[in-house]
Amino acid sequence: MGLLELLNGARWGVHPHDDHKRPAADVPLRVMPLPKRLCVPLLQHVGAPAKPCVAVGERVLRGELIARAQGNVSAPVHAPSSGIVTAIGEVTAPHPSGLPFAAITIELDGKDEGLPTAESVDPFGLEPAEVSQRIADAGIVGLGGATFPSAPKAQLGRKLAVQTLVINGGECEPYLSSDDSIMRERAGEVIDGVRILMHATGAAEALVGIEDNKPEAIVAMRKAAEPFAAIKVRPVPARYPMGSDRQLVQVLTGKEVPSGARTASIGVLVNNVSTCAAIHRAVRTGEPLYRRIVTVNGGAVAQPGNVFVPIGTLIEDLLAFVGLKETPARLVMGGPMMGAALPHAQVPTVKGCGGILALTAAEITVADPSPCIRCGSCVKACPMGLVPLEMVARIHAGDYEGADKLAIDDCLACGCCAYVCPSHIPLVQSFSHAKGEIWKRAQQKKRNEFTKGLAQARTERLEREARERAEAAAKRKAARAAQTAAATGSQETSA
Amino acid sequence: MLAAILSLTALGLTLGLGLGYTARVFAVEGNSLVSELADMMPGTNCGQCGLAGCGAAAEAVAGGTVPATVCPGGGVALAQAIAAKLGITLSLEGMEDKGPMVAEVAEDICIGCGKCMKHCATDAIVGAAKQIHGVLHEACTGCGGCMEDCPTGAIVLRPLPVTLRDWNWTKPALAA
Amino acid sequence: MNTSLSSVLPAVAASPHAQAQGSISSVMAKVMLALAPATLCGFWFFGLPALSLWVVTVGAAVVGEATCLRLMNKPVTSTLCDGSAVLTGWLLAMSLPPWAPWWIGVLGGLFATVIGKQIFGGVGQNLFNPAMIARVALLVSFPVQMTAWVMPMTGAHAPGLLDALQVTFGGGAIPDAISSASLLGHAKSELSRGVDLLHVFASGLPTSFSGERPGSMGETAVLLIAAGGVALMLMRVITWHIPLAMLAALAIPAAIAHGINPARYLDAGTHVLSGAAMLGAFFIATDYVSSPTSRAGQIVFGIGCGFLTWVIRTYGGYPEGVAFAVLLMNALTPAIDRLVKPRVYGRDLKGQPLVLKTGGK
Repeated sequence: MGLLELLNGARWGVHPHDDHKRPAADVPLRVMPLPKRLCVPLLQHVGAPAKPCVAVGERVLRGELIARAQGNVSAPVHAPSSGIVTAIGEVTAPHPSGLPFAAITIELDGKDEGLPTAESVDPFGLEPAEVSQRIADAGIVGLGGATFPSAPKAQLGRKLAVQTLVINGGECEPYLSSDDSIMRERAGEVIDGVRILMHATGAAEALVGIEDNKPEAIVAMRKAAEPFAAIKVRPVPARYPMGSDRQLVQVLTGKEVPSGARTASIGVLVNNVSTCAAIHRAVRTGEPLYRRIVTVNGGAVAQPGNVFVPIGTLIEDLLAFVGLKETPARLVMGGPMMGAALPHAQVPTVKGCGGILALTAAEITVADPSPCIRCGSCVKACPMGLVPLEMVARIHAGDYEGADKLAIDDCLACGCCAYVCPSHIPLVQSFSHAKGEIWKRAQQKKRNEFTKGLAQARTERLEREARERAEAAAKRKAARAAQTAAATGSQETSA
Repeated sequence: MLAAILSLTALGLTLGLGLGYTARVFAVEGNSLVSELADMMPGTNCGQCGLAGCGAAAEAVAGGTVPATVCPGGGVALAQAIAAKLGITLSLEGMEDKGPMVAEVAEDICIGCGKCMKHCATDAIVGAAKQIHGVLHEACTGCGGCMEDCPTGAIVLRPLPVTLRDWNWTKPALAA
Repeated sequence: MNTSLSSVLPAVAASPHAQAQGSISSVMAKVMLALAPATLCGFWFFGLPALSLWVVTVGAAVVGEATCLRLMNKPVTSTLCDGSAVLTGWLLAMSLPPWAPWWIGVLGGLFATVIGKQIFGGVGQNLFNPAMIARVALLVSFPVQMTAWVMPMTGAHAPGLLDALQVTFGGGAIPDAISSASLLGHAKSELSRGVDLLHVFASGLPTSFSGERPGSMGETAVLLIAAGGVALMLMRVITWHIPLAMLAALAIPAAIAHGINPARYLDAGTHVLSGAAMLGAFFIATDYVSSPTSRAGQIVFGIGCGFLTWVIRTYGGYPEGVAFAVLLMNALTPAIDRLVKPRVYGRDLKGQPLVLKTGGK
């Protein structure tokens, strides 16, 4: 196996030779002092945005509900600290487009007054549905970055009777160590969250996959999981994108998720370690999700490390806390492989934000693209078995259907292909563009069908109206004729 | 001599049979092109192309009497799709890609006459007579028919605002 | 800080925000590094004429590429710096008779980059391996010059500088005393005269691991070529799939046929160690541009190259078949890439999503 791997290379993925995780990962966890202002976004999850339930000028306390979930797949939002709501409106989203999205702005009063703490409950005395409800009420979403609301996920798992929970401690992105940090410092909370999730979903076993570049986390988690036979901590090879659910499930269980399906369809539910810790706090103490650990890292950061940050903190405040050595050339939310470049520093952190990177020009230098030499590095790196060089050729020629046929919708946008490409071809951007274009065309088609239906309805309505008018006219005419006839008749009779 | 005649005959027969077979198996039924084109059109029969509805426009495009850019409602996207379908090169002259457009009623100029509502092929304009009208974004095809009927010029076409949902990356430039 | 931060950040930058070290030129440099020991050994065996032919061939390839780039208004210097033209000329020189006249190298080098590569659109676009297409063009056009091999000579027998220039640029015939046939050529001509191989090589096969036998530079230093190939694998430039498949597909039919009739068929070892088999397997067939991209496709491609080489050597009109075999398989590369794709995760080989096993509950 070792020799084969040496000759053959890994079956998928890349192995960045320097993962830049340390020294940031080894610095003790810090708690960020409260900033003056928080902008808490309403859409921090997959699904419908939350609906504000506070008014401008209202005072809110830490942990207070400020926006309710809307619909089945959604999550509520809570105030991270006490203060006055000063605005409910648009702020710049942490998105490369720089477009705005809705957020509730709170001027903090610094008192950090919380709601009265609820009594701690024993989750194992609750019905699974009640546990899910508590998870839903706390606004918990997948903290690994996908931000799918955790409660509907657990309910889906229960409905499909999943047998295995896969707990994702992969954290394969370079630079990031927020999951590592929570496993090292709060392994007990994570394992308790795993047990609560097992109770909520009815899963019989839990496999905690941790990349083997985090030995401290493995030791801590093994120790915490020792009393529970159903929870197994499994070191997995450090290889990007091990933290992708499909890849981790395959490595841990040997099962493959069908294209277009969720992992639950094969009896596996994947949850991130940070999500488990949040579930522990939510279910045991009723603490909603209003803060999280964020890794602040990158060449421009003076004191990189993991920081407990209230959600809605502006990046500029966070960067001021850790200090900057130099002006960064790029700010990234997330890891360097899949993270989103930020338009500027006045954007808020969100629930799914595990890292903020302030990268120097040297760290992000990418040469201009040169022609593809068909070396096939991208084919070997693709964890999904796609053929990136073929897809990009199709896209470049404007043949989006061709790219679609090459299964571009299975692309994870993990960036392995672009990372290894010796010609520096912007593969991920091409694929993102093509996916957007394909989506747009599908939307346009739907829209066309919709407007076609409207036009048809209108034609029918106009015809009906015309017919009714004609009928009414005929009736009137007939009535008039009858009247005239009657009148003539009566005249005749009278005559 | 005989061998040559026989082998050529055999060759001819085999190829002929092959051609005949493929002609049957891969036969194209009817003029599906027109119906395919008609399916691509907005189908609202708005009449902005100057032809009698989308079916007529599809026929005209297929017949080559009008360019692929015939449909104002479909915009550049439709023109490109048609050009790809017909395998023709597209001249986008006189056609600016402003993305999807929707009509907008300027409230201060609108007199509430209701003429635009009567004209709209998709009932996208709502409101009653003597009241200011609004445009339903989902239903408006941006054909611009209402603009002609508006006596006060209160209707303009505006690009549909881009949101986080439908923002897209641009196509990156590759090396030549 | 706010203003400075918002002003320096570029508007849009797509992920990933990191990249592995690597470029086309570094890939080409690694291949050249792996090729260097065998080349130096070739210079040692065949003396200064080999060196001057090498210089002329590489120079012509580079000039051809530069001229085309200039004519097409493409960047000249930066493209030349990727090293692909140098490598093409180099590989061609490795496959030529070392004492060939200068115009063979010039014509070959120009043909390789102009017809073999730039006409298709430059680096990454060519269907066929440029070095092999040039070699084949030379072979069919100038069979005499292209089969005039010499015995390796080292030390005192080696020609001096003036003699060497006379060999390459003088245009005189190679003296009979040192001209010699390559092993495969000798076997083929004897077989065609009706002499069986058992008699031809009664005193043992003239294969030698040290490489001291007539042939091209890529043929003689066969062990150094193989070592260079292994180095390329360790440097992760190539994988084992094409070389192993090609050598196996050459050796296995050869061994079977030799086992059945040793008088008619050469043995597997001779096939693998002779001609351009080793150079072809590690350096020619593995050319990125003209070979398939998936691992499975590369195995199919390698098998095709190896088997066709054996067929051409054994039954064809030419004693050596690597160049033809590789070109034929190059032509099939698009078809292989289309038919042999990696299986997409979560889909079957036809590209349909996997079907969930039902009845699990």
